Amino acid sequence: MNLEELQRTMAAAVMQPLTDQEEMQPRDTTGRWQGRPMEEVVGQFIAPNSRLTAFERLEIYNRQYWFRLQTAFHEDFPALRAVVGPDRFQALMNAYLAAHPSRSFTLRNLGSKLSSWLTQNPQVAGRKIKLALDVIGVEWACIEAFDNAEFPPLKLEEIAALGANPQLALQPYVQLLALDYPADDLVLDMHQRQRRESSEAGARPEADEDEDFTPLRLRRYATWLAIHRVDYSLYYKRLTQPEYRTLASLRAGHTLAEALESAFTDTRLSATSQIREVQQWFATWAQLGWLCAPVTVV
Amino acid sequence: MSANRFNAYQNHGVGIGLRIPHYDHIFAHQPAVDWFEIISENYMIDGGRPLHMLDRIMEHYKVVQHGVSMYFGSAQAPDREHLRRLKSLVHRTKTPWLSDHLCWGSIDGTYSHDLLPLPYTWEAVEKTAARIREVQDFVEIPVAVENVSSYAEFVDSEMSEWEFLNEVVERADCGILLDVNNIYVSSVNHDFAPMDYVNAIPAERVAQIHVAGHTRYEKYILDTHDHPVIDPVWQLYARAIERCGPTPTLLEWDDHIPSFEEVWAEARKAEKYLIPAKSEEPQLTGAAR
Repeated sequence: MNLEELQRTMAAAVMQPLTDQEEMQPRDTTGRWQGRPMEEVVGQFIAPNSRLTAFERLEIYNRQYWFRLQTAFHEDFPALRAVVGPDRFQALMNAYLAAHPSRSFTLRNLGSKLSSWLTQNPQVAGRKIKLALDVIGVEWACIEAFDNAEFPPLKLEEIAALGANPQLALQPYVQLLALDYPADDLVLDMHQRQRRESSEAGARPEADEDEDFTPLRLRRYATWLAIHRVDYSLYYKRLTQPEYRTLASLRAGHTLAEALESAFTDTRLSATSQIREVQQWFATWAQLGWLCAPVTVV
Repeated sequence: MSANRFNAYQNHGVGIGLRIPHYDHIFAHQPAVDWFEIISENYMIDGGRPLHMLDRIMEHYKVVQHGVSMYFGSAQAPDREHLRRLKSLVHRTKTPWLSDHLCWGSIDGTYSHDLLPLPYTWEAVEKTAARIREVQDFVEIPVAVENVSSYAEFVDSEMSEWEFLNEVVERADCGILLDVNNIYVSSVNHDFAPMDYVNAIPAERVAQIHVAGHTRYEKYILDTHDHPVIDPVWQLYARAIERCGPTPTLLEWDDHIPSFEEVWAEARKAEKYLIPAKSEEPQLTGAAR
């Protein structure tokens, strides 16, 4: 085996899902080694010592791999766990991580495909699938809003000077969500802990597995939301539907005129009220620094 | 030999790892820490609080970058986006050198986020040295490679770990971040004499030293960075300083992080060995010049 083949083989063994008892699988479950005993598979490249077999030595890495990813996932999606319950969360997490192992040098991006994966595998979340998807949307948006880029914001007078139909961009850290449930309230309650840091420690950080679980109930209520930063702290701001539509249209790269046209397609507001509302939005957005020049957005 | 070309001729003294739970104390009291080591990956982002806090720290302190996912020993080419972000952070921090581990951890674009051990083979020597050179050329500052704690050995290994380390750093012409705790952990896990390791490393290439605590289980030791440094590790440190001279030293404490004062007091135990060594600092020789 050359180095690349050895690393591919070892990675497959290290990343193989654990048993329910959080131990290394006694036999290959991936099909890569035709279901052979893992002791035999691992013995081909790992040497035993006087106290541990080759299997036991590789099991240390197998367990560390899963514990590290599970801990990161727990920290990123505490509200999802509160919605679906600890048992279903554990199954969902392991299935997701097996389907989407980390493809980035940072664990920050571990949950980036969770929403699309769960949309394709709704049975994993059970009856609360819509709430679960809303909560994932909010929790992932928090991660993006926390450390996405911020470009020089446009002041109100600078926006006015851009002409009648300017192209504006939304700051990358501003995250927009259209939700079936007011999931922001729930997530806000759960996100009190400090964010995770990367480190090289081999320990399994403490999880909240022993916490009592009370099933959460939330009534459906259409909610439009922006998650953003002020002075490096995260804030949630509820939006009206027309305001959300306008911002989403700007994010999609449309001109201001196109964005405003999409905002008021089914409104009963008079033209005067619409103008007043748009003026208020822009005053707020400029104050919060949400708008920037599109050329700066990479 | 302490301040050498592998640490840009800097002798930083004693530092600790910069950790979020200590921010408030650092900003409120501005303790007289010589320097902080940052985990590069925590700041290889586009914006937000982490970079803001780092900028505030750099107003008062020197920082040195330490990475956990460059994986010098990976058989495949480094991720260009990773390198680009790393270099961007190097420009921001003006780190005099940067370090990462003598290990691998990713294959075919999938990351383990662990420091996986390498087989000590000639093929691994060549590939690892080539990759270190590539990274060093790209970031344009000295690179130091850290020996890792390991829990497994390979049937294909052709040399000892320290022979492997020496071959790699010689071919890559890079520095060493000598982790004496990792030497101790691996010596127990693999039944070798840790002092043999310390005595075998090329002292003139040591850019920095790590000390840390670990957790002992019945059949092996895990490198957990969640305890004080034990005496046998300080003995290895003392011997390393004896051989290398006063060298930038950093205490790692990554889990169950105690108060700033407790971590800093533990780190300052290194001064007991560093200060006497300073009075008899050896001249730069060989590769160190």
